[in-house]
Amino acid sequence: MSELGVVKVNGRDMACAGKTVSEVLESVGVNPAQHGVAVAVNGEIVSRNEWGLIRLKAGDVVEVVTAVAGG
Amino acid sequence: MDDQLVIAGRRFNSRLFVGTARYPNHRVLLDALEACGAEVVTVAIRRVNLAEREHSILEVLGGRYFILPNTAGCYTAREAVLTAKLAREALGTSWVKLEVIGDDETLYPDSAQLLEAAKQLVDEGFIVLPYCSDDPVLCAKLEKVGCEAVMPLGAPIGSGMGILNPYNIRIIKKNAGVPVIVDAGVGTASDVAVAMELGCDGVLVNTAIAQAKNPVAMAKAIRMAVEAGRLAYLAGRIPRRLYAEPSSPMEGRIGAADT
Repeated sequence: MSELGVVKVNGRDMACAGKTVSEVLESVGVNPAQHGVAVAVNGEIVSRNEWGLIRLKAGDVVEVVTAVAGG
Repeated sequence: MDDQLVIAGRRFNSRLFVGTARYPNHRVLLDALEACGAEVVTVAIRRVNLAEREHSILEVLGGRYFILPNTAGCYTAREAVLTAKLAREALGTSWVKLEVIGDDETLYPDSAQLLEAAKQLVDEGFIVLPYCSDDPVLCAKLEKVGCEAVMPLGAPIGSGMGILNPYNIRIIKKNAGVPVIVDAGVGTASDVAVAMELGCDGVLVNTAIAQAKNPVAMAKAIRMAVEAGRLAYLAGRIPRRLYAEPSSPMEGRIGAADT
């Protein structure tokens, strides 16, 4: 495969299919060791201990979230 | 006097819950939190900003508070359940202030979706504190599906209109077997005192503090109102009556006929 398939990360198209969740987080500047971050792929939670194992597929929808000020 | 708030077996030293949004800056937020004495503070769950690094609210709060994530911004049970699960994963807490909004203008909850989300989350082992309308029937249903508290609104979120339907809040409190925390609508200290005098177990305040001209002073006023209102409730107020009742004795007035 010459070009990586497209994955949606927080609404943004990224050519990163085949990479692990950890690799993708690092590529967008999120330290996978950082406290307070959670990830869902296609509406399912991917727990922290799976971030290095799960490889994303083309068409996957990834949400990377954290806590912000709220009421 | 042992008068602590207990939710799901956890004891809290303050009956005031405080939201962390809309403060002028982090310094004022921290000073206001200090001044109001709250132990429970709420946060929202949002996408990480991929474009730029931001200061994490968790770092700002520095581990000093009991963090209660909300599901603000969710419009369906599905979104709210996923957001609660993300919050649990991110923050390591199974507590959630469940919000499912039904309407953009009033930010009124969607009661059907809320009940559905509450059911699912309780089944998944969450401690669910639902933000709900001031409807005694809905509150009873939320309690029945296993919510550990109910959080009826006093007035629409951010409206500052106070406790619009004190009679409903009283009925909710009278029927509830779980703590009742008034969430939303508080404008100033007296609104908080009213909620507490009605017998509510606590109040959640955000905008009234954050957007006050002096948030730190308002935080202190609201802390005192929570304490005053609670104490007045426990003291037991006199009944309201239509006509006056003199407080000074009628006997022995000058000029009265000698009987």
